Amino acid sequence: MSKNLRITNSKFIDQTSRISFKFDGKTLYGFKGDTLASALLANDIHLVGRSFKYHRPRGIMACGPEEPNAIVQVGNDASMTEPNTRATEIELYEGLEASSQNCWPSVNFDIGAVNNFFSPLIPAAFYYKTFMWPANFWKLYEYFIRRSAGLGKSPTEPDKDIYDHKYLHCDVLVVGGGISGIIAAKTAAKNNSNTVLIDDKNILGGTTLFQENECFKINNSYSNEWLKKEIKSLKSLKSLTIKTRTSLAAYHSYNYLLARENLTDHLDINEKKDKIRQRLWKIRAKKVIIATGSMERPLIFNNNDRPGIMLSSSIKKYIDYYGVKCGQKVSLFTNNDSAYETAISLNNSGVNINSVIDIRDKTNSSIVKQAEKLGIKIHWKSTIVNTNGYKKINSIEIMQLSDDGTAVVGKKIKEECDCLGISGGWTPRVHLFTQSGGKLNFRDEDNVFLPGKSELDQISIGSCNGDFELDEIIKNTANTINKFLKVNNNDYENLKIISSKEIDKKNIWLLPSDKPLGKTKPFLDFQNDSTANDVKLALREGFKSIEHVKRYTTTGMATDQGKLSNMHALGIIAETAGVKMGELGTTTFRPPYTPLTFGAIVGRNVGEFFDITRKTPMHDWHIENKAEFENVGQWKRAWYYPIENENMHEAVQRESKAARDSAGILDASTLGKIDIQGSDASEFLNRVYTNAWSKLEIGKCRYGLMLNEDGMVYDDGVTTRLSENHYLMTTTTGGAANVLSKLEDYLQTEWPELDVYLTSVTDHYGTVSICGPNSKKILSKVIPDLDLSDKEFPHMSFKNALIDNIRCRIMRISFTGEHSYEINIQSSYAKSVWEKCFEAGKEFKITPYGTETMHLLRAEKGFIIAGQDTDGTMTPVDLQMDWIISKKKYDFIGKRSLYRSDTIREDRKQLVGLLTDDPKEILEEGAQIVAETNKQPIEMLGHVTSSYFSPNLNKSIALAVVKNGKKLKGQKLFVPMKNKTINVTITDTVFLDKENKRLNA
Amino acid sequence: MFLINCPYCGERDQSEFSAGGEAHILRPKQPTELSDDQWAEYLFMRKNIKGVQFERWNHAHGCRKWFNMIRDTSNDKIHAVYKMGEKPPLK
Ligand SMILES: [Zn+2]
Repeated sequence: MSKNLRITNSKFIDQTSRISFKFDGKTLYGFKGDTLASALLANDIHLVGRSFKYHRPRGIMACGPEEPNAIVQVGNDASMTEPNTRATEIELYEGLEASSQNCWPSVNFDIGAVNNFFSPLIPAAFYYKTFMWPANFWKLYEYFIRRSAGLGKSPTEPDKDIYDHKYLHCDVLVVGGGISGIIAAKTAAKNNSNTVLIDDKNILGGTTLFQENECFKINNSYSNEWLKKEIKSLKSLKSLTIKTRTSLAAYHSYNYLLARENLTDHLDINEKKDKIRQRLWKIRAKKVIIATGSMERPLIFNNNDRPGIMLSSSIKKYIDYYGVKCGQKVSLFTNNDSAYETAISLNNSGVNINSVIDIRDKTNSSIVKQAEKLGIKIHWKSTIVNTNGYKKINSIEIMQLSDDGTAVVGKKIKEECDCLGISGGWTPRVHLFTQSGGKLNFRDEDNVFLPGKSELDQISIGSCNGDFELDEIIKNTANTINKFLKVNNNDYENLKIISSKEIDKKNIWLLPSDKPLGKTKPFLDFQNDSTANDVKLALREGFKSIEHVKRYTTTGMATDQGKLSNMHALGIIAETAGVKMGELGTTTFRPPYTPLTFGAIVGRNVGEFFDITRKTPMHDWHIENKAEFENVGQWKRAWYYPIENENMHEAVQRESKAARDSAGILDASTLGKIDIQGSDASEFLNRVYTNAWSKLEIGKCRYGLMLNEDGMVYDDGVTTRLSENHYLMTTTTGGAANVLSKLEDYLQTEWPELDVYLTSVTDHYGTVSICGPNSKKILSKVIPDLDLSDKEFPHMSFKNALIDNIRCRIMRISFTGEHSYEINIQSSYAKSVWEKCFEAGKEFKITPYGTETMHLLRAEKGFIIAGQDTDGTMTPVDLQMDWIISKKKYDFIGKRSLYRSDTIREDRKQLVGLLTDDPKEILEEGAQIVAETNKQPIEMLGHVTSSYFSPNLNKSIALAVVKNGKKLKGQKLFVPMKNKTINVTITDTVFLDKENKRLNA
Repeated sequence: MFLINCPYCGERDQSEFSAGGEAHILRPKQPTELSDDQWAEYLFMRKNIKGVQFERWNHAHGCRKWFNMIRDTSNDKIHAVYKMGEKPPLK
């Protein structure tokens, strides 16, 4: 059924190696060197998708990254499928499967196409305007919009491919391997600069590579012959690295660039396995040379979007490079000389040219003369007013332009064709330059934005800098590079260059038709389906800023970021609003230049490598003993140790009871530990904690509360005075790194006069905590020669000791309210000490408990957890911890803030205890607390911060913050839940052992 | 992504550093003698200039030293870096 449109003499396509692939389920054939787009065109397939809004049939339009229509889904494996890829950039490989996006149920029969017939009803911002109200209908709208929007399918399973990141440092980075990039790279590398040349194609040379035309010659050779020799000469340059299939994604400040290298995307399916698919290069270049070339503009006229309407330069590449005829009766429509190059190429390959329609009055540059000599018919001063054909163009309607170009005159000529090439001039690819923060200048003569001022050591050369003629490109590039690199390379000084000169220029942003504007469909943004009429409507509705018009009409907001549409949108806005284009400014191009895969972005940082996992020295013991783990920051902490089929609640009830009845053992290694030394260590602690430290005896421990300068509780922990000028501070598990940073900040910037040194020793020591009435007996078995009497070793003190000749520090401190010890020992011995304690505790049924039980036990005692019962808005006074604020100290961090007008308010939220009327009812953490139940809206007085069922008290207990809570003791309040209201009473925060008898039990 | 010249380590990638807000705000020596307004001025008020700004930076994943930087926030140009306690090399 499908025709073969391949000519036989393409030099770049290996016609001996046939490749089979599938498109929309149908098996087709192409050759090695093809892109998916060229292979489809060779099979006479233009129709590849439906448009976003009107679901109009759309075909391949371009041959590079600017392709707006041929957006396909590649692969149908649940873990490998990739949406939004451009058929023009996919190298064909054996086994490729691709399908059209944005058409449902199929590209040939599309339900959404009904939108096309209703299109007068779908003006700019139709979706915004229509689907806005009523708000609760949005759920319904969303279903239909998503269904028909056709933005591709996400994979449903994890990506099996391997991705990689790598750093690269170089003297000179050249982006783009066209003729100017090659000249630049060669000059830099010859000068022994460490040079990297990257290009997104699989082969260097750009468009010159297939330019074989009498009008473009260098030293009597065709320009392509000359360039091939230049490319060959690059091989001998030792300081040059060339990376093909590498696309620059982002250009950040300080010459930091990201480039994606495709390593296996072009390989046959069975060759891809176990190889790195893509590598993201993180490049830091001393100098950057941008040689990204330019892209052809479309022309904006009525029905300019039918399959078969393509950029003229793309048609040229398909015939000259891929050997593919995009049609057999081709018409060309242009406002400049480039379409004539296409005409000559097609003619030389035996394709019929119907005519060239040129909006200019008449011009006689050498290339136009050559076309005329070949007998190609030209309609001067003419425009296309309409095109016909539904799934493929079949004819065009031509009329003469009026003298001022705003209207059409005379008779309409109908011309049959199966392909129409359009050329609206050239747009320099300045995307990377603007990404890097560079400012653009506007050149009125040919309506282009060109690189202007930049803060970085970089330069743009070739057509991305506005040099479009061959002789200009070579001469200007050579000069500019010499200056930029401060070298004197004269390789390009005496070349004999023949280049056709474009003499006449004419530009009409929106071409007139014989029909009134409202009845035409001049598409601007093909991917997002907005027309010139939409932009004009937006202006009539009062939008003036380009950024607003863009968002309102969605012009330039598709996955191609409006690569083809932006210039015309700007032109039409400028013209309609009567301002100069240069004054209008442009929209901002954001990285990436073309979409990046998530795989390339994350590289190897997936799964267990996504973040660092910190494990305590006893981690393996916890696993062997079936602990469930909880993540606390990067730490894996034992959460609870279920026995048999216990759920968390059952395990925690058992563990909590055991810890108070006999003995419990907890892995406390994750607590932050900071070693503090120096002659001013005591003074330093005085300044960072709210309480006084100077008088703490050597060998004693003290609890400290640390505030932010705003007076709010930041962290807490016990600090031990090991010797005169040596302290060991502990912090919360999650706060360790931040506390160290904060302390370092004060030391280095506010108090550099203090002689204090801070060292994080969190990972250096493992901590075994044993608690309960039998903890003393257990410890005495482990360290028999240590005097554990209350007199010798009282609560809140520390002893140095030896366990099997290994030095350790024992702190008698308690976070549970029980008699308890913390053994700190070098990490490598911590597991064996843990096992020793466990062994010694067996006769007392020592029970390992996790963080959940720890939280419950401390809640029974009313001890806070910074970060759970506090949230950065609680002062020590709010926590009813006035006792810890030193009245004597002149200053400490946050002190002044404790009596700001706001912090001394009496009706602040304050920490209280809560008991439920029904002792079995457990409150939900985060639940709101109110004073009344039958009023709406009702004031929220506060919320529950910690809540547990206490097995030791046999009732539910909770901590909460409540407005004015201090004065409300005994007050009945309510916790309204979804299905019921829970009655509660405000109590003291200490629920168990108010007299602290158990500490010395 | 800046390239920051740490006064202690030399040029390193921005990802090694963390920013610490406006520089040269001295913690008052006698906070207790300040009015609420004066204390609030120290505690909360920051300039956030479009243009040349004096900033504190920390080489958090390097030498952990704090230092000062003069940066133009409109184009991210770093005019100077200098150690804590030193006078700014530019006005
Ligand atoms: Zn450093």
